[in-house]
Amino acid sequence: MAKHATPLLDQLESGPWPSFVSDLKQEAANRAKNPNNVEFQVAQDCVEDLLGILELSFKHGMTHWKHGGIVGVFGYGGGVIGRYCDQPEKFPGVAHFHTMRVAQPGGKYYTTEFLKKLCDLWEFRGSGVTNMHGSTGDIIFIGTSTPQLEEIFYELTHTFNQDLGGSGSNLRTPADCIGSSRCEYSCYDTQAICYDLTQEYQDELHRPAFPYKFKFKFDGCPNCCVASIARADISFVGNWKDDIKIDQEAVAGYIGGEFPANAGDHNGRDWGKFDIEKEVIGLCPTQCMWMDSGKLKIDNKECTRCMHCINVMPRALHIGDDRGCSMLVGAKAPILDGAQMGSLLVPFIKVEEPYDEIKEVIEGIWDWWMEEGKNRERLGELIKRQGFQKLLEATNIKPMAQHVQEPRHNPYIFWKEDEVDGGWDRDINAFRKDHLR
Amino acid sequence: MAFISSGYNPDKPMTDRITDIGPQKYDLFYPPVIAKNKGKWLYHEIIKPGVLVHVAESGDECYTVRVGGARLMSVTHIREICEIADKHCDGHLRFTTRNNIEFMVDDKAKVEPLVKDLESRKFDGGSFKFPVGGTGAGITNIVHTQGWIHCHTPATDASGPVKATMDVLFDDFQQHRLPAKLRVSLACCLNMCGAVHCSDIAILGYHRKPPLLDHEYLDKMCEIPLAIAACPTAAIKPAKMKVGDKEVKSVAVNNDRCMFCGNCYTMCPSMPLADKEGDGIVIMVGGKVSNRISAPKFSKVVVAFLPNEMPRWESTTACIKKIVEAYSAGANKYERVGEWAERIGWERFFDKCELEFTHHLIDDFRDPAYYTWRQTTQFKF
Repeated sequence: MAKHATPLLDQLESGPWPSFVSDLKQEAANRAKNPNNVEFQVAQDCVEDLLGILELSFKHGMTHWKHGGIVGVFGYGGGVIGRYCDQPEKFPGVAHFHTMRVAQPGGKYYTTEFLKKLCDLWEFRGSGVTNMHGSTGDIIFIGTSTPQLEEIFYELTHTFNQDLGGSGSNLRTPADCIGSSRCEYSCYDTQAICYDLTQEYQDELHRPAFPYKFKFKFDGCPNCCVASIARADISFVGNWKDDIKIDQEAVAGYIGGEFPANAGDHNGRDWGKFDIEKEVIGLCPTQCMWMDSGKLKIDNKECTRCMHCINVMPRALHIGDDRGCSMLVGAKAPILDGAQMGSLLVPFIKVEEPYDEIKEVIEGIWDWWMEEGKNRERLGELIKRQGFQKLLEATNIKPMAQHVQEPRHNPYIFWKEDEVDGGWDRDINAFRKDHLR
Repeated sequence: MAFISSGYNPDKPMTDRITDIGPQKYDLFYPPVIAKNKGKWLYHEIIKPGVLVHVAESGDECYTVRVGGARLMSVTHIREICEIADKHCDGHLRFTTRNNIEFMVDDKAKVEPLVKDLESRKFDGGSFKFPVGGTGAGITNIVHTQGWIHCHTPATDASGPVKATMDVLFDDFQQHRLPAKLRVSLACCLNMCGAVHCSDIAILGYHRKPPLLDHEYLDKMCEIPLAIAACPTAAIKPAKMKVGDKEVKSVAVNNDRCMFCGNCYTMCPSMPLADKEGDGIVIMVGGKVSNRISAPKFSKVVVAFLPNEMPRWESTTACIKKIVEAYSAGANKYERVGEWAERIGWERFFDKCELEFTHHLIDDFRDPAYYTWRQTTQFKF
């Protein structure tokens, strides 16, 4: 028998998509039954109360979680988000119900052995409710009490060799796409650099010293499966410099209908016979491809590597061999000054251990942002406020035409004194000799 | 329930303390076929919705079965995922950026038993536990935020509208009939932990009433200058207010200048915006993050407000379904929603999707607004 009636939530149990309500009920029943005799360290019926308070929100059309609450583990400024409900008497099981962010492994690969142990810990010391995963990428533990925070951290670090993730004004847990571990498009090892930078910048991740949040995300190719270009302060997008590799026999295979276009993406509708002129050559944004006596030709110098042709014919076309990444900076969601997409800062850089050149760019950006950024000003907003040129100065990168979509629309240039012959010290009396008042 | 210590001593927090060790190293968790062929993959193919094969230079094959899931997940559910991975995948699995679960096997013969097993499992309420799909020119899982389950600033729930929407779009999770992939995302407030601003279809929770002012507590709970500085339109100023016969330091809000972003509430708990009638959903359309063919795009607001309708958000799901069907009928092969709208023109988009164009949809926020107005005589009647 459920502790709270949930008539509204119950209506979300039907329908084909996995029901989180059914799952929460299953967890509530599991805790009530407790087949493994777990000595629960937070309220045994906390999932019942979680369902109860969510039902109340469905009734009221509003949240019942209070604003903030400063809790954490000793020495860290992130990784724990304090959470208290505003109806503690009705729902004592979730009166204190803090979130913990646990840093996820690269590519989000797991062994069941590790996951099962993590489940045991979280059932014992928390609510047993998680997000797999949060938006930034962390494993999210939803709901534990203040005294359990240090206990969980101690167990994570001592028996799991596992740390918390980032929250607050610091480096957020970096996240990567599946990369070369299982994708032929990946121009670099996303997991290797994501792990290396995460380890290198543990201090920045755990101890808030930044004006606001800062995100790294790693996409192996311009398809951008982890959306780095839309949401990372520095986005690393795989790219290559040399020629697309062509297997002409496989091209013929696509033309002949031997292989499905776009790796089978479109096999749920009859789009007619594959037409390379219309579907590949005609859609190429730079018009740099053509057929020549049954062979596909590419003017690689004019190619902007949008991935379309490779996506359509993955057996026939392959990324080049001179691989690295492009670095784009300043992406963010609308809060506060409007959304920004990442702007291209480094067109091409090699992604090779120990990543010194990349770290130099990162640290140049951080020095500038920490000096000039206002409280809660994202990097993208600082670039807008002070200008892209200041970013170039901070990172010691030479301006180039690749940095802009088009040149400026106005001549309001901030000339520097040393750029103008004779400087700015002039004598008004000398001027007046030739120009009477 | 007796307190059980992990070994941590609160009197000596630094004793044996381990910090700054980061996550587990990724390669500890690779399935053998991944570890062996990393960086040497030749091509991939989607055999059918939800089932992919990756072929390596070595000739090895990795078959992946992708299943959807609620990102809100209990340990009981995760243990079931582990049981499946133990049975079919030698104890390995992974999650995707969009909260799908991927089970990988190294032999085609292992695929069908795995798929059968996954499809046979249902929750007591009747929904699938592990629906196979989420690939190709279809709709994959919705990335989303916390909503009412665990956040203090939302203007809508997250898990509820996501479940309702995915139920309505479920067929497209399991088939490849659309012109291109279509990504749906949900953020329950403008903070957008879910970064929905570049999605084909975005569901965004938004407030529509200015903050309430808890004058009696405001100065005790908040740094007033920070609350004032938080406002992007300078709508907040310091004010002295009478509470009973006491005069207290507080703030005043120029309601005409409020654009309901909620940034003041982030800085000051005494300025809540949430309201049952005021809060609801904004629908945004036409964003993407891929560089394929055209540059990444922001999503555009096409419906300024839909009410929160608990528990199934019927107006929202009906609106999304209408947009998906119009796109499916009108777009060319490979064309994303935003590319389709730009080709036919946004004025035509509103016709095709049977959406009303209202004054709310004309941008008036700062300089970028100008670049969204029409500076040409080229338009469609």
